[in-house]
Amino acid sequence: MKTYTIALAGNPNTGKSTLFNTLTNMRQHTGNWAGKTVLRAEGTFQHLDTQFTLVDLPGTYSLYSNSADEEAARDYIIFEKPDVTIVVLDATSLERNLNLAIQVLEMTNQVVVCINLIDEAKRLGIHIDIRKMEQKLGVPTVAISARNKTGINELLSQVLKVASGEIVPSPTPITYNDEIEQKINELVPSIQEMLGDRLPARWVALRLLDGDESLLTTMKLWLTDQDSYKKEEALQYGQTACH
Amino acid sequence: MTFEPIPLSEAGTGNKMRLTRIEVTGVMRRRLLDLGFVPGNEIEVLQKSPLGDPIAFRVNNTTIALRSEESSLIWGKRLGG
Repeated sequence: MKTYTIALAGNPNTGKSTLFNTLTNMRQHTGNWAGKTVLRAEGTFQHLDTQFTLVDLPGTYSLYSNSADEEAARDYIIFEKPDVTIVVLDATSLERNLNLAIQVLEMTNQVVVCINLIDEAKRLGIHIDIRKMEQKLGVPTVAISARNKTGINELLSQVLKVASGEIVPSPTPITYNDEIEQKINELVPSIQEMLGDRLPARWVALRLLDGDESLLTTMKLWLTDQDSYKKEEALQYGQTACH
Repeated sequence: MTFEPIPLSEAGTGNKMRLTRIEVTGVMRRRLLDLGFVPGNEIEVLQKSPLGDPIAFRVNNTTIALRSEESSLIWGKRLGG
Protein backbone atom coordinates (compact mmCIF):
# COMPACT_ATOMS: atom_id res chain seq x y z
CA MET A 1 0.00 0.00 0.00
CA LYS A 2 1.29 3.43 -0.94
CA THR A 3 2.24 5.67 2.00
CA TYR A 4 2.37 9.43 1.64
CA THR A 5 4.13 11.78 4.03
CA ILE A 6 2.21 14.91 4.97
CA ALA A 7 3.66 17.86 6.89
CA LEU A 8 1.56 20.29 8.91
CA ALA A 9 2.86 23.86 8.93
CA GLY A 10 1.28 26.93 10.50
CA ASN A 11 1.50 29.79 12.97
CA PRO A 12 1.29 28.98 16.69
CA ASN A 13 -2.28 28.61 17.96
CA THR A 14 -3.90 27.96 14.60
CA GLY A 15 -5.22 24.57 15.70
CA LYS A 16 -2.46 22.61 13.97
CA SER A 17 -2.21 20.14 16.81
CA THR A 18 -6.00 19.86 17.08
CA LEU A 19 -6.07 18.92 13.40
CA PHE A 20 -3.19 16.53 14.00
CA ASN A 21 -5.07 14.80 16.80
CA THR A 22 -8.31 14.75 14.80
CA LEU A 23 -6.60 13.06 11.85
CA THR A 24 -4.49 10.58 13.79
CA ASN A 25 -6.95 9.94 16.62
CA MET A 26 -4.07 10.77 18.96
CA ARG A 27 -2.02 7.90 17.54
CA GLN A 28 1.25 9.77 17.68
CA HIS A 29 4.85 9.49 18.70
CA THR A 30 6.70 12.46 20.02
CA GLY A 31 10.42 13.02 20.12
CA ASN A 32 12.82 15.82 19.43
CA TRP A 33 13.89 17.30 16.12
CA ALA A 34 17.51 16.23 15.56
CA GLY A 35 19.94 18.33 17.53
CA LYS A 36 17.23 20.64 18.72
CA THR A 37 15.06 20.72 21.77
CA VAL A 38 12.02 21.20 19.60
CA LEU A 39 9.22 18.69 20.04
CA ARG A 40 8.47 16.57 17.01
CA ALA A 41 5.20 14.69 16.71
CA GLU A 42 4.51 12.08 14.07
CA GLY A 43 1.42 9.95 13.53
CA THR A 44 -0.34 7.81 10.96
CA PHE A 45 -3.86 7.54 9.56
CA GLN A 46 -5.73 6.06 6.62
CA HIS A 47 -7.97 7.78 4.13
CA LEU A 48 -9.78 5.63 1.57
CA ASP A 49 -7.14 3.00 0.69
CA THR A 50 -4.17 5.19 1.34
CA GLN A 51 -1.85 5.29 4.31
CA PHE A 52 -0.55 8.66 5.48
CA THR A 53 2.29 9.60 7.82
CA LEU A 54 1.60 12.99 9.37
CA VAL A 55 4.41 15.19 10.73
CA ASP A 56 3.50 18.15 12.93
CA LEU A 57 6.05 20.91 12.28
CA PRO A 58 6.78 23.47 15.02
CA GLY A 59 4.30 26.38 14.98
CA THR A 60 6.09 29.44 13.56
CA TYR A 61 5.28 32.87 12.11
CA SER A 62 8.04 32.57 9.55
CA LEU A 63 10.71 30.18 8.30
CA TYR A 64 13.54 32.69 8.09
CA SER A 65 14.27 34.11 11.53
CA ASN A 66 16.75 31.34 12.29
CA SER A 67 15.33 30.18 15.61
CA ALA A 68 15.60 26.43 16.25
CA ASP A 69 11.91 25.75 15.61
CA GLU A 70 11.86 27.72 12.37
CA GLU A 71 14.97 25.96 11.11
CA ALA A 72 13.42 22.58 11.93
CA ALA A 73 10.28 23.44 9.95
CA ARG A 74 12.23 24.89 7.02
CA ASP A 75 14.69 21.98 6.85
CA TYR A 76 11.89 19.44 6.88
CA ILE A 77 10.02 21.04 3.99
CA ILE A 78 13.08 21.72 1.85
CA PHE A 79 15.28 18.66 2.52
CA GLU A 80 12.86 15.90 3.52
CA LYS A 81 10.36 16.91 0.84
CA PRO A 82 7.02 15.68 2.22
CA ASP A 83 4.53 14.60 -0.47
CA VAL A 84 2.20 17.37 0.65
CA THR A 85 2.58 20.27 3.08
CA ILE A 86 -0.69 21.42 4.63
CA VAL A 87 -0.42 25.07 5.64
CA VAL A 88 -2.90 25.68 8.45
CA LEU A 89 -4.14 29.28 8.67
CA ASP A 90 -6.20 30.97 11.37
CA ALA A 91 -9.33 32.28 9.62
CA THR A 92 -9.58 35.12 12.15
CA SER A 93 -6.14 36.62 11.36
CA LEU A 94 -5.38 35.75 7.77
CA GLU A 95 -3.10 38.69 7.10
CA ARG A 96 -0.48 37.58 9.61
CA ASN A 97 -0.96 33.90 8.76
CA LEU A 98 -0.55 34.32 5.01
CA ASN A 99 3.07 35.38 5.52
CA LEU A 100 3.99 31.79 6.31
CA ALA A 101 1.78 30.43 3.53
CA ILE A 102 3.59 32.57 0.94
CA GLN A 103 6.96 31.43 2.29
CA VAL A 104 5.97 27.76 1.95
CA LEU A 105 4.58 28.35 -1.55
CA GLU A 106 7.98 29.70 -2.60
CA MET A 107 9.59 26.44 -1.44
CA THR A 108 7.26 23.85 -2.95
CA ASN A 109 4.15 23.56 -5.08
CA GLN A 110 2.99 20.44 -3.20
CA VAL A 111 0.78 22.46 -0.87
CA VAL A 112 -2.81 22.46 0.34
CA VAL A 113 -3.91 25.59 2.21
CA CYS A 114 -6.22 24.79 5.10
CA ILE A 115 -8.16 27.64 6.67
CA ASN A 116 -8.99 26.53 10.19
CA LEU A 117 -11.30 28.09 12.80
CA ILE A 118 -13.79 28.93 10.07
CA ASP A 119 -16.63 28.63 12.61
CA GLU A 120 -14.90 31.15 14.84
CA ALA A 121 -14.48 33.54 11.89
CA LYS A 122 -18.20 33.24 11.03
CA ARG A 123 -19.06 34.06 14.62
CA LEU A 124 -16.95 37.22 14.34
CA GLY A 125 -18.67 38.18 11.07
CA ILE A 126 -15.61 37.47 8.93
CA HIS A 127 -16.49 36.15 5.47
CA ILE A 128 -13.75 34.40 3.50
CA ASP A 129 -14.06 33.84 -0.24
CA ILE A 130 -12.32 30.46 -0.44
CA ARG A 131 -12.56 30.15 -4.24
CA LYS A 132 -11.01 33.59 -4.70
CA MET A 133 -8.17 32.73 -2.31
CA GLU A 134 -7.58 29.49 -4.17
CA GLN A 135 -7.39 31.44 -7.43
CA LYS A 136 -4.99 34.02 -6.01
CA LEU A 137 -2.69 31.51 -4.29
CA GLY A 138 -2.77 28.91 -7.07
CA VAL A 139 -3.12 25.93 -4.72
CA PRO A 140 -6.11 23.94 -3.40
CA THR A 141 -7.68 25.81 -0.47
CA VAL A 142 -10.12 24.29 2.02
CA ALA A 143 -11.99 25.77 5.00
CA ILE A 144 -12.29 23.55 8.06
CA SER A 145 -13.03 23.53 11.75
CA ALA A 146 -10.65 21.01 13.32
CA ARG A 147 -12.46 21.31 16.64
CA ASN A 148 -15.91 20.54 15.20
CA LYS A 149 -14.48 18.16 12.59
CA THR A 150 -16.08 19.95 9.63
CA GLY A 151 -14.38 20.09 6.23
CA ILE A 152 -11.98 17.28 7.10
CA ASN A 153 -13.09 15.00 4.25
CA GLU A 154 -12.75 17.78 1.70
CA LEU A 155 -9.27 18.54 3.08
CA LEU A 156 -8.18 14.91 2.82
CA SER A 157 -9.53 14.53 -0.68
CA GLN A 158 -7.51 17.58 -1.83
CA VAL A 159 -4.42 16.28 -0.01
CA LEU A 160 -4.76 12.91 -1.72
CA LYS A 161 -5.17 14.54 -5.14
CA VAL A 162 -2.02 16.60 -4.67
CA ALA A 163 -0.03 13.66 -3.21
CA SER A 164 -1.02 11.33 -6.06
CA GLY A 165 -0.32 13.93 -8.73
CA GLU A 166 -3.95 14.13 -9.86
CA ILE A 167 -3.69 17.84 -9.10
CA VAL A 168 -0.40 19.66 -9.75
CA PRO A 169 -0.71 23.02 -7.97
CA SER A 170 1.02 26.02 -9.52
CA PRO A 171 1.47 28.64 -6.81
CA THR A 172 1.31 32.25 -7.97
CA PRO A 173 4.96 33.37 -8.05
CA ILE A 174 5.98 36.38 -5.97
CA THR A 175 7.68 38.99 -8.14
CA TYR A 176 10.30 41.17 -6.47
CA ASN A 177 11.65 44.53 -7.62
CA ASP A 178 13.77 44.75 -10.78
CA GLU A 179 17.08 44.78 -8.92
CA ILE A 180 16.28 41.57 -7.01
CA GLU A 181 14.74 39.84 -10.03
CA GLN A 182 17.86 40.62 -12.05
CA LYS A 183 20.09 39.12 -9.35
CA ILE A 184 17.85 36.05 -9.15
CA ASN A 185 18.19 35.57 -12.92
CA GLU A 186 21.97 35.82 -12.61
CA LEU A 187 22.12 33.20 -9.85
CA VAL A 188 19.55 30.64 -11.00
CA PRO A 189 21.56 29.09 -13.91
CA SER A 190 24.59 28.34 -11.67
CA ILE A 191 22.35 26.99 -8.91
CA GLN A 192 20.57 24.72 -11.38
CA GLU A 193 23.88 23.53 -12.75
CA MET A 194 25.09 22.71 -9.25
CA LEU A 195 21.96 21.22 -7.69
CA GLY A 196 19.86 20.07 -10.65
CA ASP A 197 16.30 19.86 -9.41
CA ARG A 198 17.20 18.64 -5.93
CA LEU A 199 16.32 22.02 -4.46
CA PRO A 200 14.12 24.82 -5.91
CA ALA A 201 16.65 27.12 -7.64
CA ARG A 202 14.69 30.37 -7.33
CA TRP A 203 14.19 29.81 -3.61
CA VAL A 204 17.89 29.04 -3.07
CA ALA A 205 18.77 32.23 -5.00
CA LEU A 206 16.51 34.25 -2.70
CA ARG A 207 18.10 32.73 0.39
CA LEU A 208 21.59 33.51 -0.95
CA LEU A 209 20.58 37.12 -1.61
CA ASP A 210 19.21 37.29 1.92
CA GLY A 211 22.59 36.10 3.26
CA ASP A 212 21.01 33.15 5.06
CA GLU A 213 24.13 31.50 6.51
CA SER A 214 22.34 28.92 8.60
CA LEU A 215 20.76 27.51 5.46
CA LEU A 216 24.13 27.33 3.72
CA THR A 217 25.57 25.34 6.62
CA THR A 218 22.70 22.86 6.57
CA MET A 219 22.79 22.65 2.78
CA LYS A 220 26.49 21.81 2.81
CA LEU A 221 25.89 18.99 5.26
CA TRP A 222 22.98 17.71 3.20
CA LEU A 223 24.89 17.85 -0.10
CA THR A 224 28.16 16.32 1.08
CA ASP A 225 26.63 13.43 2.93
CA GLN A 226 22.93 12.78 2.62
CA ASP A 227 23.29 9.57 4.62
CA SER A 228 24.73 11.21 7.70
CA TYR A 229 22.16 14.00 7.35
CA LYS A 230 19.42 11.39 7.37
CA LYS A 231 20.95 9.66 10.38
CA GLU A 232 21.01 12.90 12.29
CA GLU A 233 17.36 13.39 11.47
CA ALA A 234 16.46 9.95 12.80
CA LEU A 235 13.72 10.02 15.38
CA GLN A 236 14.42 9.54 19.00
CA TYR A 237 11.13 8.29 20.26
CA GLY A 238 10.13 9.61 23.61
CA GLN A 239 7.02 8.83 25.53
CA THR A 240 3.69 9.14 23.76
CA ALA A 241 2.22 12.41 24.80
CA CYS A 242 -0.50 14.83 23.85
CA HIS A 243 0.83 18.30 23.21
CA MET B 1 -3.49 68.09 8.19
CA THR B 2 -0.59 65.83 7.32
CA PHE B 3 2.12 64.61 9.65
CA GLU B 4 5.82 64.12 9.09
CA PRO B 5 7.27 60.63 9.72
CA ILE B 6 8.57 60.15 13.28
CA PRO B 7 10.14 57.14 15.04
CA LEU B 8 7.55 54.98 16.81
CA SER B 9 9.42 55.56 20.08
CA GLU B 10 8.24 59.18 19.94
CA ALA B 11 4.62 58.53 18.99
CA GLY B 12 1.92 59.35 21.54
CA THR B 13 -0.23 56.75 23.28
CA GLY B 14 -3.45 56.08 21.35
CA ASN B 15 -2.04 57.31 18.06
CA LYS B 16 -2.51 55.33 14.90
CA MET B 17 0.48 55.29 12.62
CA ARG B 18 1.09 54.32 8.99
CA LEU B 19 4.57 52.79 8.80
CA THR B 20 6.95 54.33 6.27
CA ARG B 21 10.40 52.89 6.93
CA ILE B 22 12.10 50.09 8.89
CA GLU B 23 15.76 50.77 9.64
CA VAL B 24 16.32 47.74 11.88
CA THR B 25 18.75 45.26 10.29
CA GLY B 26 19.57 41.57 10.42
CA VAL B 27 17.55 38.84 12.08
CA MET B 28 15.51 41.34 14.13
CA ARG B 29 14.41 43.08 10.92
CA ARG B 30 13.17 39.76 9.58
CA ARG B 31 11.32 39.07 12.84
CA LEU B 32 9.66 42.50 12.85
CA LEU B 33 8.57 42.10 9.22
CA ASP B 34 7.11 38.67 10.06
CA LEU B 35 5.11 40.18 12.90
CA GLY B 36 3.62 42.86 10.64
CA PHE B 37 5.96 45.85 11.02
CA VAL B 38 5.88 46.36 7.26
CA PRO B 39 5.97 49.72 5.45
CA GLY B 40 2.38 50.65 4.51
CA ASN B 41 0.87 48.74 7.42
CA GLU B 42 -1.15 50.54 10.11
CA ILE B 43 -0.27 50.14 13.79
CA GLU B 44 -1.61 51.64 17.02
CA VAL B 45 0.37 52.81 20.04
CA LEU B 46 -1.38 51.00 22.91
CA GLN B 47 0.52 51.94 26.04
CA LYS B 48 3.88 52.85 27.44
CA SER B 49 5.67 51.37 30.42
CA PRO B 50 6.01 53.64 33.49
CA LEU B 51 9.49 54.64 32.39
CA GLY B 52 8.45 55.01 28.76
CA ASP B 53 10.19 51.86 27.52
CA PRO B 54 9.15 49.34 26.26
CA ILE B 55 6.05 50.44 24.34
CA ALA B 56 3.14 48.16 23.40
CA PHE B 57 1.82 48.33 19.84
CA ARG B 58 -1.18 46.76 18.16
CA VAL B 59 -0.16 45.24 14.84
CA ASN B 60 -2.23 42.80 12.76
CA ASN B 61 -4.62 42.38 15.69
CA THR B 62 -1.86 41.35 18.07
CA THR B 63 -0.14 43.22 20.88
CA ILE B 64 3.63 43.44 20.52
CA ALA B 65 5.94 45.33 22.89
CA LEU B 66 9.18 46.78 21.55
CA ARG B 67 12.15 48.34 23.29
CA SER B 68 13.21 51.78 22.12
CA GLU B 69 16.29 50.15 20.56
CA GLU B 70 13.94 48.82 17.92
CA SER B 71 11.03 51.28 17.96
CA SER B 72 13.36 54.25 17.43
CA LEU B 73 14.36 52.68 14.11
CA ILE B 74 10.80 52.18 12.85
CA TRP B 75 9.27 55.24 11.24
CA GLY B 76 5.65 56.10 10.61
CA LYS B 77 3.22 58.93 9.88
CA ARG B 78 0.44 59.69 12.32
CA LEU B 79 -3.03 59.03 10.92
CA GLY B 80 -6.16 61.11 11.57
CA GLY B 81 -6.49 64.28 13.64
